Amino acid sequence: MSEKRQLCLSGKGVTKVFGHGRKKTVAVNNVDFEFYSGDLISIVGESGSGKTTLIKMLLGLTSVTDGEIFFMGKKRDIRSRKNKKEYWNGIQAIFQDPYSSYNIFSKIDTVLLDCINMRGGRRFPIKKKIEMMREACSFVNLKFDEMTNKYPFELSGGQMQRLMIARIFLLRPKILLADEPTSMIDACSRATILDYLLKLRDEIGMTIIFITHDMGLAYYVSDSVYIMERGKFVEYGSANEIILNPKADYTKQLLDDIPKINNPWEFSRNRRPAETGAS
Amino acid sequence: MGKIILDVKGLTTKYVTRFNEDVYAVNNVSFQLEEGRSVGIAGESGCGKSTLALSLMGYYFAPLHYMSGDIIIDGNNITQRDPNDVRKNVLGTEISYIPQAAMNALNPTRKIIRFIEDVVRAHEPKASKKDIYDLARQRFEVLNLPESTLHKHSVELSGGMKQRTVIAISTILSPKVLIADEPSSALDVTSQKAVIKMLNDLMDLGFIKSMIFITHELPLLYNVTDDIMVMYAAQVVEKGTANQMVFDPLHPYSKGLMGAMLVPEEGARDIKLIAIPGTPPNLKSPPTGCRFAERCKYAMPQCKVYTVEYNDVENNRGFRCLMSENELREAYAKEGSQ
Repeated sequence: MSEKRQLCLSGKGVTKVFGHGRKKTVAVNNVDFEFYSGDLISIVGESGSGKTTLIKMLLGLTSVTDGEIFFMGKKRDIRSRKNKKEYWNGIQAIFQDPYSSYNIFSKIDTVLLDCINMRGGRRFPIKKKIEMMREACSFVNLKFDEMTNKYPFELSGGQMQRLMIARIFLLRPKILLADEPTSMIDACSRATILDYLLKLRDEIGMTIIFITHDMGLAYYVSDSVYIMERGKFVEYGSANEIILNPKADYTKQLLDDIPKINNPWEFSRNRRPAETGAS
Repeated sequence: MGKIILDVKGLTTKYVTRFNEDVYAVNNVSFQLEEGRSVGIAGESGCGKSTLALSLMGYYFAPLHYMSGDIIIDGNNITQRDPNDVRKNVLGTEISYIPQAAMNALNPTRKIIRFIEDVVRAHEPKASKKDIYDLARQRFEVLNLPESTLHKHSVELSGGMKQRTVIAISTILSPKVLIADEPSSALDVTSQKAVIKMLNDLMDLGFIKSMIFITHELPLLYNVTDDIMVMYAAQVVEKGTANQMVFDPLHPYSKGLMGAMLVPEEGARDIKLIAIPGTPPNLKSPPTGCRFAERCKYAMPQCKVYTVEYNDVENNRGFRCLMSENELREAYAKEGSQ
C-alpha cells in the first residue's frame, strides 16, 4: 500500500484489575495494540481470557485501571457525558446475545428511530425518517412493513441479529466492535450475518473488531488476528501467518482442538488417506 | 453389515400449542442404526433435531405427543408403552439421553456418587452402596476421570468436567443407544475435544453400542460420527456416510449447509461463503410439495406440487428430491465451472 495507513484505535499498557489485595484478578494484563482503519481485526481466545473485558474498556463501559487508549490518533477523553456521547458516535458494538440487546419496551421502529435521532436526524421530516428506516431494513433483508408494529422479542435470533446490523447501518460508526455476534445462532444463519457485516463494511468503510473463539470464523473474515490468553496477547499478525504457521504453543494447541475437515482428529473414524484431497 | 440396534419406521410426533394448533415437528422419519456405528443429525435451528431426540426415547410428555410410527430397539418396540414402564425398563438401560445443558442438571447440594446411586437404584432397587461405588469407580477409571470426582459436589467441577461427569452418569447402565444433543455447544474448544474423546472411548470400549449425535456444527460432526443425516423442516432430506455427505452432498440443502462450513485450514479463505436465502417454512402450515422448494436454486414448477418421497440410492444413502442423483451432480458441476 502506498498511502500510510491511518491508526484508528490503539492502546498502550492497557490493564484492568478487578478487586484488590488477595482477591485481585488481573483480567487484562498490560496489552498493547494498534488497529488500523479499514481493517478487520479478530481477537481470538478461550472463555475467560479477557476478550469481553477488553471490549468493554474500548467502548468506555468500564474504567481502565492503567494505560492509555488512543482514538483516531488522539488520547481518548470520555470523562464528561458530552464527550462520551460524541465518542459513541464513532464506536459502536454488536453483542453476543441478541435477546438481551434490546429494550423490551420499545417497538422496532422506535429502536431504529433512536438511531436516526442519535445521528442528528431529529429534525428530519417523518417521511425521510421512514425512508431511511426502510432502506436500513431492506439492506439486511427484513421487511420493514412487517416490523413496525412488533417488539424485538417476537423475532427469531437470526432476525434480531440482522436488526442489530440495520441499526449499525443507520449509525454509521467508524469502528464496530462485534462481540461474538454469531455464537448464539446456527451455522446456516451465521453465513448470512457475516455476509451482511462484510457488505456493510464495504458500504460505509468502517473498521470491524471481531471477538470470537471460533478459529475458522476468524480465519475466514479477518485481515489480522490477535490471540489472547489470560489477559495477554500471546501472538498477533496477519490471518495467514497465525492460522497456517502458528508460533506460540497456545495457538498451536487451540488450532489442534478445532474440528477440521482435511485433517480430522486422531481418534476420528473418518480419517481419510492423505492422497485424496478435498473435492 | 452389523446387527441393527435401532430401527425407526415412519416416526411422527407433534406439539400442540396453546391455541390448539398442531405442529408436526418430526414428520415421517425413518432410519436404521447398526451396532457399533454412530449417526449425526445436522440442520438449522428449529428443524426438529432436538424433538427427534426426545421422541426417540419413547417417553412423551405434553406438549409433545406421539402420532404414529415404530421405534424398535434391539427387537423391542418401545412406542405405545406405559410411561412408567418406559421409565423403568427403557430409559437408562436401552436408551439414554444427554440434553444440551446437561451440566446444569446436577443438583448442587448432592455429591456425584448420590446421582449414580439414584440411577442404578431406579433399575435395581436392592443394589448395595458398595457395589454401586465399585461400579462407578471402575467406570470412572476407564474413562480417565479421577475417582475423587465421586465425592465432590457439582459446583466444585469445571464446565467440561461437569459435562463429562454427566455423560458418565447417564451411561453407567451401559445403554444400547446414547443420544447426545449438542453436548459440547456450551464448552470451549479444549473441553469440547475432551468430551468428544470420551464419547468415542465409550463406543470403543463397548459401554454403548451406538450413538446419535446432534449438532449444527458440521466440521465437528465430521470428526465424531460415521454417518450424517440432514434434517430440514421436520423431515430427513439426506443421509450418507460422513465422507459422502461432506465431499459429495446430493440434496441442494445439504449442499448449501456444506457451503456454510468454516474451518481454519489452508484454502478456506478463498472459498466464498454462500448463505442459503430465505427462512425455513412455518411448520404450523407446511407447504405442499417439497418443503425446500421456496429456497432452492434448482427448483422447478413441479417441485411445489408433488409430494417428494425419500428414496434410497444405495445401502445407507438416500435423499429427498425430485431430481435424480445424476441430474443433481450435473447441476452442481455446471455451477462450479461458472
